[in-house]
Amino acid sequence: MSILDIRQRTGYLFLAVTLAHVILISTQVTTQRGVPLLEELVFGAFAEVQRVATAVFGGIRNGYSEYVALQDVRADNERLRTELAQLRIRLQQEQEAASQTRTLRGLLDLRQRVALDTVAASVIGGGASPDFRTITIDIGTRAGLANDMAVVAPEGVVGRVIGASALAAKVQLLIDRNAAAGVVDERSRAQGIIVGMGTGELQLTYVSGTADVKTGDTVVTSGIDGLYPKGFVVGQVESVQRSAGEYSLVRVRPSVDFSSLENVLVVTTLPAKGDRPE
Amino acid sequence: MKAAGVFVAIALALALQTTLGNALVAGTAAVDLVLVAVVYVALTSGPGAGMLAGSLAGLIQDSLSSGVIGIGGLAKCIVGFLAGGIGQQFIVTAALPRLVMFIGATVAHAAVFMGLYVLLGLRTFPSPWSAVLGQAVGNSVVGMVAFGIIESLPGAIERRRATRRPRR
Repeated sequence: MSILDIRQRTGYLFLAVTLAHVILISTQVTTQRGVPLLEELVFGAFAEVQRVATAVFGGIRNGYSEYVALQDVRADNERLRTELAQLRIRLQQEQEAASQTRTLRGLLDLRQRVALDTVAASVIGGGASPDFRTITIDIGTRAGLANDMAVVAPEGVVGRVIGASALAAKVQLLIDRNAAAGVVDERSRAQGIIVGMGTGELQLTYVSGTADVKTGDTVVTSGIDGLYPKGFVVGQVESVQRSAGEYSLVRVRPSVDFSSLENVLVVTTLPAKGDRPE
Repeated sequence: MKAAGVFVAIALALALQTTLGNALVAGTAAVDLVLVAVVYVALTSGPGAGMLAGSLAGLIQDSLSSGVIGIGGLAKCIVGFLAGGIGQQFIVTAALPRLVMFIGATVAHAAVFMGLYVLLGLRTFPSPWSAVLGQAVGNSVVGMVAFGIIESLPGAIERRRATRRPRR
């Protein structure tokens, strides 16, 4: 039976569908409470499609590389890459520890700040719309994930969890237009807010006019936003524009290559409620 | 196009968009494969199928993105309906009309999508023209190639059958 049979009622159907969309949009915009049921159901269902698609593509790729080209070497390589990724994460924590020691922070406080619980995840899908920068990872609430948990990679900060089903989670990338994080210039300790530009770049905002920010400076998370743990690399200052004594535009190049993300770590230690922003 | 074919086209576009999305999204030159699929369904099956396909695909895209669920669905619903309606009223089987359809569909989609976000005060789009232009070019190229491939497949099979020699 052809779908064209509904043609005679198309006008009424179009009005009904449009009205349904408007009602759907209205309920979300006005209430803003929790994750909508539809979102969770559709996301949960399609995440499984993404998982299957990734498994099929991955199976074909692995079948060729493991059984034809490299066989066991491939598996060893994957294991070593995972170990290397974890070691690089630890290295970043150690570097931050050294930096904090130089700034005369207490040892007890330091140990509390770098003691992070993480869980590894694989990226099973990219963003479904080019207007939003999100990815889907292969673990969800069953693995202990919750909204606002930070997601990091060996190169630096990736983003935060904004929705999770039982077996998958949606991650908003730091380069998304709606993403932001509290950061500090590693060299001068100048503070600011990094925001996504939606184009793959970041912009450093709310920087004091008297602060010292230069091209090439490394920007790391400050931890004041209550979302991202302190000391993780965000990127490097690419250009600095000043006008009337203030910073008008500070562009930051992300340290993470968001187009080739395969494995990430989710920081399962949520910040204390008192430290979280409204 | 049968209903099953519509679902397959949408599912394939979504799977490709989410799997190859990182390769497709490069600065402002982003390609919306789902929109291409919706326009294809609308042109081949009419406004009803285009509207329903657009709604379904847009809602799934919304749920997989970080935006408001329904805005993308409404945008693609309108684009599917309009593209299907135009496809029934005018002959759009030649390359140039199809190119215009894909460009127009991309612009209309962007207008509804961005317009609603700006109207509701949820997002701002500082310089949307370059992004829309890049996406219009990308969608048009992908759409024209897709049309060409799909339409050449039955002919290719027939030609192959016709040229095959009978066995003795």
